[in-house]
Amino acid sequence: MTRLICIAALAAAAAAAAPPIVVKNATVLTVTKGTFKGSVLVRDGKIAEVGQNIVIPADAAVIDATGEYVMPGIIDPHSHIASDSTNEGGTSVSSMTHITDVLDPEDISIYRALAGGVTTVCTMHGSANTIGGIGCVIKTRWGKDADGILLKGAMPVLKLALGENPKRMGQQGDYGPNPNARYPGSRMGVEDVLRKSFTDAQQYQAKWREYEQKKARGEDVIPPRRDLTLEPLVAAMEGRMLVHVHCYRADEILMMLRVARDFGFRVHALIHVLEGYKVAKEIAAAEAGATTFSDWWAYKMEAADAIPYNAALMLKKGVDVSLNSDDAELMRHLNQEAAKVVKYGGVTDDQALAMITINAARQLGLDKRIGSIEPGKDADLVIYDKHPLSNYAKVQKVMIDGQIYFDRDRDISERAAREEAKKKLLEKEKEQQKQEKKRGGPEGSAERRPS
Amino acid sequence: MRTVSLPALIFVCAAALPASPPTAIAIRDARVVTVSGPVLERGTVVIRNGLIEQAGADVRIPADAWILEGKGLTIYPGLIDALSTLGLPEFAPQERPQRPGGGAPPGPSPASPRPESPQPPARSAEDRPSFSGWVRAADELKTSDSRIEAARNIGFTTAVSFPTRNIFAGQGAVIDLAGEKPGDMVVETPAGMYLTLETARGMREFPSSLMGALAYIRQVALDAEHYRLEQAYYDKSHAGRKRPAYDRAIESFLEAPRLLLPASSGVEIPRMLHFAAGLKAPVVLYGGQAGYAHAGALKQAGVPILVSLKWPVRDKNADPEQEDSLRTLEFRERAPSTPAVLAKAGVKFALYTDNAAARDLKAAVKKALDAGLTEEELVRAMTLSPAEIYGVADRLGSIENGKIANLVITDGPLFGEKTKVKYVFVDGEKFEPPAEAEPAKEEAR
Repeated sequence: MTRLICIAALAAAAAAAAPPIVVKNATVLTVTKGTFKGSVLVRDGKIAEVGQNIVIPADAAVIDATGEYVMPGIIDPHSHIASDSTNEGGTSVSSMTHITDVLDPEDISIYRALAGGVTTVCTMHGSANTIGGIGCVIKTRWGKDADGILLKGAMPVLKLALGENPKRMGQQGDYGPNPNARYPGSRMGVEDVLRKSFTDAQQYQAKWREYEQKKARGEDVIPPRRDLTLEPLVAAMEGRMLVHVHCYRADEILMMLRVARDFGFRVHALIHVLEGYKVAKEIAAAEAGATTFSDWWAYKMEAADAIPYNAALMLKKGVDVSLNSDDAELMRHLNQEAAKVVKYGGVTDDQALAMITINAARQLGLDKRIGSIEPGKDADLVIYDKHPLSNYAKVQKVMIDGQIYFDRDRDISERAAREEAKKKLLEKEKEQQKQEKKRGGPEGSAERRPS
Repeated sequence: MRTVSLPALIFVCAAALPASPPTAIAIRDARVVTVSGPVLERGTVVIRNGLIEQAGADVRIPADAWILEGKGLTIYPGLIDALSTLGLPEFAPQERPQRPGGGAPPGPSPASPRPESPQPPARSAEDRPSFSGWVRAADELKTSDSRIEAARNIGFTTAVSFPTRNIFAGQGAVIDLAGEKPGDMVVETPAGMYLTLETARGMREFPSSLMGALAYIRQVALDAEHYRLEQAYYDKSHAGRKRPAYDRAIESFLEAPRLLLPASSGVEIPRMLHFAAGLKAPVVLYGGQAGYAHAGALKQAGVPILVSLKWPVRDKNADPEQEDSLRTLEFRERAPSTPAVLAKAGVKFALYTDNAAARDLKAAVKKALDAGLTEEELVRAMTLSPAEIYGVADRLGSIENGKIANLVITDGPLFGEKTKVKYVFVDGEKFEPPAEAEPAKEEAR
């Protein structure tokens, strides 16, 4: 135990005093401050200096990226990886459920996302419920435990959902009545659930305020019962929690913006928002973000009226637009999704890259910390062999907080050893099984138990 | 079985009262593993009225004691199965599905599936779904459970038995594995609330997900805190104050001296430690098979853990084409090292059989010993440690004057390959396991 502590202490000391790292001779795509041939200096997990000519400290570890491209780590503002639960289907208002409670840091999707250049992910609930629950922001620090992958200091994200998914849960089946059907079963019902829940939350908030006042006056009172379902809604109204809303149709987007206005909270991101181009002006006016797909649609009725110009059109109307994966596979090539927006919508390279970096960071309230290559920001960097908007670009290295978490060469060179380790364990297990058979019968043979 | 079979024993009847059972029994000149103190290479244990009257190297054998010659034998404190359904046949586990990676989910649950409720489906924690916390193991005991004798025959004198159905399953009891009436068996009740994380299938009712179940437990813990406040507030002055509602679920939750939460895999253990820290109630984890990787965290949290002796194996029904991942293989390889690692790190832990058959138990123990567990640590993890975890160490778990006379007497090291259990004493009552009939059965097959 003491030895363990010693090793941990040494490791911590080593991290604190780690030599600076320089990525040199790269094409640096800062996203916010232009693109140039130059270097990035990383110190203590943060970007220390960026420029065409920077003085490389004598003790720096140098990564020669000649001919390569370095960009900020990709941010996926909406996915469902790394968690053991997605929907709490028992109720349409499951705001008491937390993704942080069920994080699975061993989900291989984390590593795959990392290998696709993704360094930050907002992982959240599915859309079966009007109010899904509280999602969280993780970094793809593969190998760390649940606590170690959390992006500390990020605000929690309340997930709401509109339209077909939440209302489907309340509809009768095709083969007679559905005994498990629950309210709501229509789009107007979804709005009703939202308004009712936030009204309850207002009353709950008032109850607590009244208690605090009475207590301050020295009255003999006990605090109200804590309600884990309403607390997050109060937090959202008080700006202590971000609000992301799954939506498709223009009419329900407007409905959502009205509900948010009435209850005094901001929608930080409309998710999917495939008809966003129809109401882009209204979205921009409400200062709501939008996170969409490049060209993924028609998987259900409400996703039919979609066009590949959605992201570009919303951007032109002044909406903060990002792209998201919603999917562990798509997450691995979000750079190509950004490239599609250039192809269809004619946005600039920087605008496209911003959709998978700084804009997404803004929707997560993290744009001061991540999303671009600027001094002071977290050293989350991706090195590509070609321009990331090229279909041929392959991720070479990924750095998070100044640490290399993915290295293409290392990954390939370690495969043989891993295979070997696996083979050894398999053979050992086979040998044990043989021995056990010799001793008589497989394990768990209950008939042999003395009775 | 319950009568003293004279021909088989060298009994010296000092008091010359041949027909009636002895008032005291002295087991002399045996190796005594006291657990709480040093091993006595030649010691004597005197039992009277179901208690250990004296134990030591220099014990004067009382005149009225019958003597049991202990030369060549070892006396251990009676073994405690730290998590069990013994005496509760209705909760006996059925064949459990294996997880994809091998290894069953932690704990002896589930028994039969939850019956469909005729009530409307639960929609929130306030509906108190999947709650039977008021079911007490002590009230449901059946002396007729045939598993009791089987467990006793391999050295178990005590079990901590729990109802295992529902998320809030019920109150466990520390029971001794002998007695005429169920009430005779109970040593301590309630011993803790058994919790599972098994939820309704599909999306029928709340909770239907792991995160829903966790949120539910968290809300109940908060409700319990508030309930206590409300009661205290009302009791200060009944007049002029609104009477708080009675809630039997919360009553039973408050009654539990500790909560048992499942955590077996490398993801679950830190997850549940983190979760438990927010509950403001003493917690014991069960399952524990990836404990080898989390000894530091367990030690730091001061949370005891019960480790299942059913080590993970590849699912018999697994697709033969499907190769397990390196992570899964490592888990299976390293799980049996958990007791050794926990012992070295000073984590409070106990072992439980998880309903393993006697022969499998020997093999499982051997795996743990091969992985570095010492015999001393093994014995402690099945005697004094579980007694301490459940707060009954003043009565059980070691050979000391005044403790309950639960003993297991063997002719070799505990769970050794050739070791036979010669006698088992439960509450001072002597049992002799029958000779094992295994070889004959082998041939008959």
